Amino acid sequence: MADNILYFTELTGMPVLDLKGRRIGRVRDAALVPLVHPSRIDRYLVGGGESWLTVRYDQIQSVQLGRGIQLSDEVLVPYHEDEYMLRIARDLLDQQIIDVNGRKVVRVTDVTLEIQANGPHDILAVMEVDIGMRSIFRRLFEGVAPPLWVRRFQRWIPPNSIRWDFCNVVEPDPLRRLRLNISYQSLEEMHPADLADIVEDLSHAEREAIFETIDNEVAADALSEIEPKMQASILESLEPEKAAEIVEEMSPDEAADALSELEDETSEEILEEMDTAEKTEVEELLEFDEDTAGGMMNTEYVSLHENASVTDALEALRGNEDLLETLNTLFLVDADEKLTAAVPLARLFIAEGGVRLKDLASSTLLSVSVDERQDRVTEIFDKYNLLTLPVLDEDGKLAGVITADDVISVLRES
Amino acid sequence: MSKILSRYRYQIAVFLAVLGPGFITAMVDNDSGGIYTYSAAGAKYGYLPLWTLIPITVVLIITQEMCSRMGAVTGKGLSDLIREEFGLRLTFLMMALLVLANFSNVVAEFAGVASSLELFHISKYVSVPLAAVAVWFLAVKGNYRSVEKIFLFACVFYVTYIISGFLVKPDWKEAALNSIEPKLMLDSGYIYMLIGMVGTTIAPWMQFYLQSAVVEKGVTAKEYAASRIEVIVGCILTDVIAFFIIVACAGAIYSVHPRDISDAKEAALALKPFGQYAFLLFSAGLFNASIFAACILPLSTAYSVCEGLGFEAGVNRRMREAPVFYFLYTALIVAGAAVILIPGFPLVRMILLSQVFNGVLLPFVLIFMILLINKKDLMGEWVNPRWFNTWSWVTVVVMIGLTLALVGITLRG
Repeated sequence: MADNILYFTELTGMPVLDLKGRRIGRVRDAALVPLVHPSRIDRYLVGGGESWLTVRYDQIQSVQLGRGIQLSDEVLVPYHEDEYMLRIARDLLDQQIIDVNGRKVVRVTDVTLEIQANGPHDILAVMEVDIGMRSIFRRLFEGVAPPLWVRRFQRWIPPNSIRWDFCNVVEPDPLRRLRLNISYQSLEEMHPADLADIVEDLSHAEREAIFETIDNEVAADALSEIEPKMQASILESLEPEKAAEIVEEMSPDEAADALSELEDETSEEILEEMDTAEKTEVEELLEFDEDTAGGMMNTEYVSLHENASVTDALEALRGNEDLLETLNTLFLVDADEKLTAAVPLARLFIAEGGVRLKDLASSTLLSVSVDERQDRVTEIFDKYNLLTLPVLDEDGKLAGVITADDVISVLRES
Repeated sequence: MSKILSRYRYQIAVFLAVLGPGFITAMVDNDSGGIYTYSAAGAKYGYLPLWTLIPITVVLIITQEMCSRMGAVTGKGLSDLIREEFGLRLTFLMMALLVLANFSNVVAEFAGVASSLELFHISKYVSVPLAAVAVWFLAVKGNYRSVEKIFLFACVFYVTYIISGFLVKPDWKEAALNSIEPKLMLDSGYIYMLIGMVGTTIAPWMQFYLQSAVVEKGVTAKEYAASRIEVIVGCILTDVIAFFIIVACAGAIYSVHPRDISDAKEAALALKPFGQYAFLLFSAGLFNASIFAACILPLSTAYSVCEGLGFEAGVNRRMREAPVFYFLYTALIVAGAAVILIPGFPLVRMILLSQVFNGVLLPFVLIFMILLINKKDLMGEWVNPRWFNTWSWVTVVVMIGLTLALVGITLRG
């Protein structure tokens, strides 16, 4: 084990020596000031007698296991509550944090610090957060057995640590979150499904904190992946305006599903706050019974007139860029908006621009009506190996589309 | 009118949405140990012990309500909260005790499975291994929702005790009178029996299980009103079942000839003269209760320990992702079942030991619970009201006193 490593359990209780080598107290806690530096231990809280004293990082000459902390400056100020500090023992130890890299929620057992020689000062920097058996062993024997013994015996246990850069602290209080400079940017970069899993492992307050803070689009994607009951409790906990912003970013069918889980009053409050276009779409979907094709379908599709050409189709796709990621079929309708054909998107690639879409259409056209039962819809998907299935209203007009992922969700739920 | 009706329907929907944790925890409380305690009380003292059921119900409600409230408000399990507020060392100590106590409870449940199936002439060398395998697969292959449905279904089977209680045709007037009129006797056996009844009612694992189940179910502070009703109804039903067990044994054994019985099997056999059905129902109920508790205890233990110590937990995780969780879960089942099959294993002493572990652990759990539920930064407006706090403390002190007395008596033999 390298000598420049110090565990937080070893730091707590370490004696602090003044210029003459007299002991003035023991270390009780240490704090980062994330606004100034993300990993350097900025303050040491030293307990001696009645009150605690604060030692700044540049007042320390050396830190050595077995000897203690040697000060280079004795002018210490008493400790008072400081909201800019992330105190390790109080705010980090035994609490849950998010391991962004491992995509899971973990509980902090210990913190590994690195002793860096920086000119006349020794600086401690947070390197890793320790979880698992080895750190539990250390915590149990802290102060009971000599530190060097603990170090020797712990080698038998495999380490389990997370680099500090990959750790994300969750702070429910928005004011403190600002002061501690905690952002959830790294969470926004995760896959929404992974973020959803993490969020499901947290408590209500922490969940709300994340959804209040992260980007609406990410929040919407993650929310779509969360199970319906928890979706409802998250939406209820947010301000209606914020909830509306997130729901607007969801696809209308997902939005309708989420809102239908809420109490009528709450879902109306959220709908009030939404933009008119999205609101009408969602409201229309809310009319349908959850167990029917209407309740499963999505209103995000691209339809063209039956006489349109490939060039027209490409034009229409350019106008619907946000749908491209999941789109695989184009629909053709006649002048009365009645569905006449479905064109697999891939056929466009090998067709000339002037070709009429009608000629590229699939030979069979399958569709269901809005009140078709859910289990019948899944049956059709299975039987005909579908990716998409158009849904028609009473007049035979195209009302929406059911996609394979909707069917998978339904099957997983049952 | 339709508005009232829709409001009413909404209330029922909320109640059904939170149904599960409170009911299941309360029902599992009548496990093989509980059934034996109640049977023994009825067999030896007849209808006399019935009056304890009302105070027991109150105590049960007070403790269970606090756990489910903490779960709903904080969204965290009890071992999570203990770890966050009281540190690793205390958590570790408590978890070690919990594993020991629950291990002996698991052994007792498998013993219940063995003896109930022996009544149907199935050898324990067949029944116990099969039960262990079934229990293991149930949790590992199922998810919380499907498992909860099975558990709720198992709750229905406790009805067998009510029916067998009726079949015995006990003296209902006597039973009703004794349910409300406290009778104390300075008889050491009687006092031991009373303490035992209280002791089996509130076990440490229940607090951990209930709170985790409430969290897992996703109950929030907003739905808590419905959740509270669920807990209260569950506790009352549990003691209704206990009432019928005592009454059945009082009618079948005490009225004929009061005596000590050594296990629940003996109680079932004594019901035979009252018809094949009374006997069959009582035995089936014992099997159901034992296997039900054998499913929940190992799972709950593994969850609590992993939550508290920060290991990954959950049946939706794969074995490689949550090794400690699966190790604990499997070890508890395998060892718990294996112990039953060892010829000449001192089973009775093991079960007495489990009472000692439970007794040592319970004061800590209850005190931590009260300290936690009074933390404003944790519970906000949901902290205990003052009058409730008084009652909680009274409950805790009484429980601790009784448990220590039980431990004392047990240790002295």
